[in-house]
Amino acid sequence: MALLTFDTVHKPRQSYASMAVLLAVMLVFPFVAAQFGNSWVRILDMALLYIMLALGLNIVVGFAGLLDLGYIAFFAVGAYLTGLLASPQFAALLESVVNYHPELQDAIVRTFGEDVRTNGIHLSVWFIVPLAALTAALFGALLGAPTLKLRGDYLAIVTLGFGEIIRIFMNNLNDPINFTNGPQGINLIDPIRIFGVSLAGEAGSRATVYIGGFGIPSVNAYYFLFLLLCIVTIFMTSRLQHSRLGRAWVAIREDEIAAKAMGINTRNVKLLAFSMGASFGGVAGAMFAAFQGFVSPESFALTESIAVLAMVVLGGIGHIPGVVMGGVLLAALPEVLRHVVEPAQQALFGKVVIEAEVLRQLLYGLAMVFIMLNRPAGLWPSPVKEDRPAAALAKDEKEESEA
Amino acid sequence: MSDILLNIAGVNKRFGGLQALTDVGIKIMQGQIYGLIGPNGAGKTTFFNVITGLYQPDTGTFELDGKPYSPSAPHAVAKAGIARTFQNIRLFGEMSALENVMVGRHVRTHQGVFGAIFRHGAARREEAAIRARAQELLDFVGIGQFAQRTARFLSYGDQRRLEIARALATEPKLLALDEPAAGMNATEKVALRELLVKIQGAGVTILLIEHDVKLMMGLCDRISVLEYGKLIAEGLPAEIQKNQAVIEAYLGGAH
Repeated sequence: MALLTFDTVHKPRQSYASMAVLLAVMLVFPFVAAQFGNSWVRILDMALLYIMLALGLNIVVGFAGLLDLGYIAFFAVGAYLTGLLASPQFAALLESVVNYHPELQDAIVRTFGEDVRTNGIHLSVWFIVPLAALTAALFGALLGAPTLKLRGDYLAIVTLGFGEIIRIFMNNLNDPINFTNGPQGINLIDPIRIFGVSLAGEAGSRATVYIGGFGIPSVNAYYFLFLLLCIVTIFMTSRLQHSRLGRAWVAIREDEIAAKAMGINTRNVKLLAFSMGASFGGVAGAMFAAFQGFVSPESFALTESIAVLAMVVLGGIGHIPGVVMGGVLLAALPEVLRHVVEPAQQALFGKVVIEAEVLRQLLYGLAMVFIMLNRPAGLWPSPVKEDRPAAALAKDEKEESEA
Repeated sequence: MSDILLNIAGVNKRFGGLQALTDVGIKIMQGQIYGLIGPNGAGKTTFFNVITGLYQPDTGTFELDGKPYSPSAPHAVAKAGIARTFQNIRLFGEMSALENVMVGRHVRTHQGVFGAIFRHGAARREEAAIRARAQELLDFVGIGQFAQRTARFLSYGDQRRLEIARALATEPKLLALDEPAAGMNATEKVALRELLVKIQGAGVTILLIEHDVKLMMGLCDRISVLEYGKLIAEGLPAEIQKNQAVIEAYLGGAH
């Protein structure tokens, strides 16, 4: 990491130059990748969403030190919120309500117009994003509240349970009122529209988005949107980290009792960490739903929570550039394997000996073991402070020998 | 009298079958260094934890600077104006010395999420003030040159000083120190003593728990002695030194 540095405190010029270079590379990247097929850009889109998730989780796990194994629940909340408010699903919900509470249905129809009965609700992205952030933040605080007195393993188990509860809710909330359409998931979610331009491309445009006279593939359009959101997330989380609140989070991570004694209201500050982290997850979820056009409970399994946690831990817990790197590596790895390993085996042996999915699990496990043994602080940990510089150390030793 | 800073009376605390504190009370005057001594297991730290909100007392009245305060939560006590250090040093190990003290400013500052993200003028000014004050306090306790060191790499004596600086950052009316001289050698104890006098000079009242009777005798304005959770003596150091009950508690009774 000698060439790129993001240590804005100690090497501001170098780090801003690094950021500029990286941004330029990121902007050109999809056009290069698209030469090898749109699926590569699609992989990048997903990687960017995972980075957003990892950055959100980093607030909870990295800064505040609260091990959260159910983080994907907030991703699910964002995704399902979008599913409900930007697809025909709301019409299905109304239909299920009619038998129980006709008066409620009438009220809703009166508010939103007759159209809602057949077409559901189709909110614009400008409402969806803040709404997803707020709803996920609310869920973050709700799920965080019962865990306030728990630490370490116990916290991990409870959050894991909450994550599963949310998924099971998604799986079963189709009766008596059809919120989520159960295991079938919600289909036909609106693509994102920004100033009237659909990022999925208009019908008949073969998934090409025209901005002015200039056409780019839909996946590239999403890429730029997600890239922007990632940059906003990085900006916000790094500002939070270097603030009064960020210090309070780290203080709680380091020693909760001492933090309390220093006047930090640990209950409020921890809840804030849960809800801030969750809100980024919610926005990522909303983007995921609009990007895929489809959500189902399967996308929000425990393994996803663990994958996001692995990104944080593997990259460098509490260190934003490290977390981003972890996100890129772990999100891209399975896709790269799928594209490289299977064809390679096909060419070598004439058949696929180990499937990419199996190999991915194997490599995940190996990587985690290797990292924990050799670099427990992650691949790219926080820069160490002035840790007993050589001169000071020598001086101390001299003093000791004289004493 | 109006210049009583801390007035605590009738504290009882029971852990299951053990009566840890029985009707304990102290009065500390403004500007004093007040000592609390007693043999091991006498209940000094329990009393300390009750005062600072870490343990909930069964009974007791608590008054700081003429106003009653409720020791129901440590952060509320810190806000009311009592800051403490710990018997086993509890620093934020991975943070720098400066950041440790900056955390101490938390309770007297206000910026939230909005200020953190947008860093508007007020947020910038507050952050700069926090940093400046933290550096000032590090200089005050004599470890200003180690501001950027990771706290857990500081020497033992410096960690004690850092803990005191962090506590001072909360602008306490009363600084409560739990065995600050534990594990220190003679030179370090002299330096600590100078520091405490300096803090007293800056207008902060100090409550001190200590084993080292010699250190206490020269330093404290008044001393209370606890034994088996009961107050057995209270007075000037010279009186305490001659008190028969205290001598028996420390040396064992004459048989």
